[in-house]
Amino acid sequence: MIKPEKTPILSQKGQIAMPYTWWVGNAGSRFLAALRDDARIIGNSCEECGKVFVPPRKNCGYCYRELTKWVELGNEGTVIAHTVVHFSFSLHPCRTPFAYALIKLDGADVGFMHVVRDHPERLSNNVRVKAIFRDRALRIGHILDIETFEII
Amino acid sequence: MPGSVAIVGVGQTDHRSHRPDVNGREMIYEAVQRALLDCELSINHIDAIIIGNMDHFESINYVDTWSVEGSGAIMKPIMKVSTGGTTGASVAIAAYYHVASGLFDRVLAIGWEKNSESDTTGAIITCSDPVWDRFSYSGAIPSLATEASAYMNQYGVTQEDAARVTVRDRGNAVNNPHAHLRKPVSIHEVLASPMLAYPIKLLDICPRSDGAAAVIFASDGIAQRITPRPAWIKACSVRHTYTWFGDVDYKQGLVSLQRASAEAYLRAGIKSPADELDVAELYLPYSYAGLKWIEDLGFCARGEGAGFVEDGHTDIAGKIPVNPSGGVLSANCIGATALLRVGEAALQVMGKAGPRQIPDVKQALATGFGGCFWSDVLILGSGRP
Ligand SMILES: [Zn+2]
Repeated sequence: MIKPEKTPILSQKGQIAMPYTWWVGNAGSRFLAALRDDARIIGNSCEECGKVFVPPRKNCGYCYRELTKWVELGNEGTVIAHTVVHFSFSLHPCRTPFAYALIKLDGADVGFMHVVRDHPERLSNNVRVKAIFRDRALRIGHILDIETFEII
Repeated sequence: MPGSVAIVGVGQTDHRSHRPDVNGREMIYEAVQRALLDCELSINHIDAIIIGNMDHFESINYVDTWSVEGSGAIMKPIMKVSTGGTTGASVAIAAYYHVASGLFDRVLAIGWEKNSESDTTGAIITCSDPVWDRFSYSGAIPSLATEASAYMNQYGVTQEDAARVTVRDRGNAVNNPHAHLRKPVSIHEVLASPMLAYPIKLLDICPRSDGAAAVIFASDGIAQRITPRPAWIKACSVRHTYTWFGDVDYKQGLVSLQRASAEAYLRAGIKSPADELDVAELYLPYSYAGLKWIEDLGFCARGEGAGFVEDGHTDIAGKIPVNPSGGVLSANCIGATALLRVGEAALQVMGKAGPRQIPDVKQALATGFGGCFWSDVLILGSGRP
């Protein structure tokens, strides 16, 4: 039996299930281990252009050479730019309203992207903030071992 | 008219099952630095970059932008080219097009993969049509196994015949310090390895590797100043064919490879490939391909692949040495795999292949294979075309 031309159109559902395990690498692992074990933020710097990067990385993309000098950064910094998020979405790191902030940590030359969970309405650019770490038992070597930045 | 183009530098990582010490970007940096070192250029000399890897393997969908710190592309033109298994050959050919156009003088091609970071079969099935092929017929090993069973049936080829291809490639890998698997295997070990999907056993199929490759292309006039013996591109040919697996006629041979190689031979003026080519780096992802596809390349007549290999014609000292690097069966960082074929062929022409060097190579063949039975072919030579 040939179906008629006006047969209702069908659709099919599917999804790709892809678990990933990303290798953080040597440079990134040193950074995450410092968050986890010491509640400290570290970076590395380029001996050619002098830029201090955080998170640290294997090479300077600008000078295209390996980064070998490590520096300990303060856990405080200045907000360069921010946004307060009001819409809900399953991948947000915390409940709305919260802020995403570009933070220039003291001693670093690049911004550090993180969240301000509490009192986002009090946030403005140029305000000083401080990293608040999760309790030691909850820190696993992850960017969210820093639970939030808090307005000083 | 395209300008003449040559490969002047080749770099690759030491391929491994896992590279926990570097992330993907950092692994790319390693290969590019080695390529730059190989031809004594700095990243500042590079005019443009082509990069490729497998979609979904690392869940990085904007590889061109994400990779810039590792590729050296900050403030340079970079684009991603991704064609599945042929990706590595496609980035090479795209780099060739860029230089041959006359618009760029030095172009860097990069292929890379971190197979250890995901479920690669889960990723690779996304090459199949989601409605028609994915649920009823899917995965790299089953589709190759189906091809093999048709070929065995057609010519009376045995599992032992295929095992000789693994034995040859894995034996050659001993001479390649970059290969992932460098332990030789015997016919018996291949035959006794676990059956994955008949007739493919564990040692009939390529490994999953982490690794990256970088190859630098330069224009006529500049290439000769960079290196005294560049590897000139004599021909590139691409044939991408089926998208329905059921449309593949397994009894016709690998048609895309027949067509691509015929065109490349014509452009390079090659009439008898096994006699005129000095070495071949072939994308053979599984052992049976080493029998069937050399027929499609015209190394021997249809149905004679097994005898040709058994008689030693593809061995290092044979008529047409195949895969002195150890090939795909010894290292398979997929996005890099076909680029490694091109890079290894270039090293042979440049006389820089070290312990795996075939003496006095004037003409070399490299191939890429991927997706739904499609093929890329490159011919490299020591003489400027
Ligand atoms: Zn720098």
